[in-house]
Amino acid sequence: MTWTDLQTALGREGYVASDDLSVALQLALSLGRPLLLEGAAGVGKTEIARTLSAVKDTQLIRLQCYEGLDASQAIYEWNYQRQLLSIRAAAEAGETGKTVEDRIFSREFLLERPLLAAISQDVPPVLLIDEIDRADEEFEAYLLEILSDFQVSIPELGTITAITRPLVILTSNGTRDLSDALRRRCLYTYVEYPDRETELAILKARCPQIDAQLGAQVIGFVQKLREEELEKTPGVAEMLDFAAALMGLGIADLTSDPAALQATLTTLLKTQSDQAQITPEVAGRFAGKAA
Amino acid sequence: MSRVTKFAGRDPGPRARVAGFIGHLRDNGLRLGVAEADMALCALRLVNASAPEEARRALRAVCTGCKEEAEQFDALFDSFWMDAGRVKQKIVPSQSSPTSDDVHSSRDAKGEDAGAAGSASAPDDGDGDAESDGTGKLIATELRNLSRKDLRDLVRPEDIAAAEVVARRLGAALRDRRSRRRIAARKGDRLHFRKTIRRSLATGGEPLHLLHKRRPDRPRKIVALCDVSGSMTIYAQVFLGFLSGLMRADTTADAYLFHTRLVRITEALRDKDAMRAIGRMSLMADGFGGGSKIGPSLDLFAQTYAKRFVDGRSVVMILSDGYDTEPPEIISAALKRLKKRGCKIIWLNPLKGWKDYAPVASGMAAAVPHLDLFSAANTLNDLAALDRELGAL
Repeated sequence: MTWTDLQTALGREGYVASDDLSVALQLALSLGRPLLLEGAAGVGKTEIARTLSAVKDTQLIRLQCYEGLDASQAIYEWNYQRQLLSIRAAAEAGETGKTVEDRIFSREFLLERPLLAAISQDVPPVLLIDEIDRADEEFEAYLLEILSDFQVSIPELGTITAITRPLVILTSNGTRDLSDALRRRCLYTYVEYPDRETELAILKARCPQIDAQLGAQVIGFVQKLREEELEKTPGVAEMLDFAAALMGLGIADLTSDPAALQATLTTLLKTQSDQAQITPEVAGRFAGKAA
Repeated sequence: MSRVTKFAGRDPGPRARVAGFIGHLRDNGLRLGVAEADMALCALRLVNASAPEEARRALRAVCTGCKEEAEQFDALFDSFWMDAGRVKQKIVPSQSSPTSDDVHSSRDAKGEDAGAAGSASAPDDGDGDAESDGTGKLIATELRNLSRKDLRDLVRPEDIAAAEVVARRLGAALRDRRSRRRIAARKGDRLHFRKTIRRSLATGGEPLHLLHKRRPDRPRKIVALCDVSGSMTIYAQVFLGFLSGLMRADTTADAYLFHTRLVRITEALRDKDAMRAIGRMSLMADGFGGGSKIGPSLDLFAQTYAKRFVDGRSVVMILSDGYDTEPPEIISAALKRLKKRGCKIIWLNPLKGWKDYAPVASGMAAAVPHLDLFSAANTLNDLAALDRELGAL
């Protein structure tokens, strides 16, 4: 499979990937390296993992990072309640220590969390480590170990080595600098906001029933809006919401009904100051230019 | 994009060219090792390497690691592979090639550099260590206070002892209580199930001994940047005493001085003899009491030292009055960059203690939005009184 094949396959699943992203994904697949995607919120970083798992027809395992994420939520945890019950049952049956211990510290009593689950699949899954910049540095260091060796050590059980290597996709919003060590283990792509043609293709793929003229207007409007100094620049997902809202309200032309346009802007502008900045006059002017 | 570089006839082949390219990137500040060179070759094998755009995309994915590098990459790629048919003289590693300014070795950097051919024609990245440092020095000679000041006249041993006490208090106040990870402890707010279950095996599944875990306090690292420009001279005594006390009290702390350039004084201040430490510092702080370039100094700090010494557990303490000779945007950008490291930034301004003080100096006004704490401090007692506010961070 070359990168153009991959790009077409992604396109069939409704994801319009840029050339840069397709090449990087293709390399990540063939080199078996993790791929680090950075970019503003709403440019489709998470979506790429979902689409890729659909293309490859494998499972998507997602680990959402947050501050304080630790091993018991990311890798594994013992099922304490079951262990406790099992010990009690064993005591009543009169079993001795060693056999009980062996039993309660077996795979049966292990709760798999995303990272362990990802390395113990028969078919290589897509592992999405979402918003890695939200996790703290200790977790990043731990992740490095897993990403380089693909094995997990459990003191009571021994080392579990990966059956298959998952395709790892990491995403980051850039709220914090990631360590150089993590960066150098990954391939890297910065995902930009799509240009006009790409975004139109995305809209057509996701919302095939949209009228061609309205589609072009929506894209023109959103692209114009992105040039403004907003607190939260609208992403692709917001653009799709906007298009869906317009279609739901039965608006066929952006310039026809300023009040309705202003009402649908709630799908694009997500802070109070942004809403105050894009007044009906400004919105009307953008709509006029987009038309 | 048809103007692909023509390589010389004696060129040893594509592998050496890629190694040369990696060396070229390295010379321009991208941190790449042998593993990356290897991966670049593997990557090129997987795409149609004779198509420039495809090779560019593949190499960009492999060789870059952040947005800035990705932006820089295109120009570097063009200068190496697309330079209008200019013939490269050498692809093989050359000993005379310039080595990185970060590397200081008494030996030759033999074999270090994988052929830096093309670096002469390459555009400078404009923000490398060498350049910023060089600029700083150049201007420092214009504005530098010619009379070299011996800081030992300013700071007395008893000041240092008193500052040490204060620094210890501040260090204790600055515990990081945000850790969400729990560790086993004698007393704690949660049960440590793993240990409790293990222990209960001995009593037939009856958890007689309950073991606990709690959130540990993580120490915070203080990184202090002290302004010693002319306008700060009268406060220098307090602050320098404080810095040397801090260094003695807290082994993880880090200290810098800046006026028209930035100097790291951590090592000097760690000297066992307090007065000798001050002496060593005054040798390094050449230009003391001269002009102030807060913005460029902070920017240099954010781009170099901060990458090594500042992380999410650091508290960056800036001791300055905010009077800068450079445009305020530089301060703002530098603090923003610094903030991305995840640290807390506190600014202690001696002028803030004045009646009716408002941060109107343009530099200070630009900095305020990025600060976690903006407070007054002009005596040691003021610093000591900060412990409650710091504890609340």
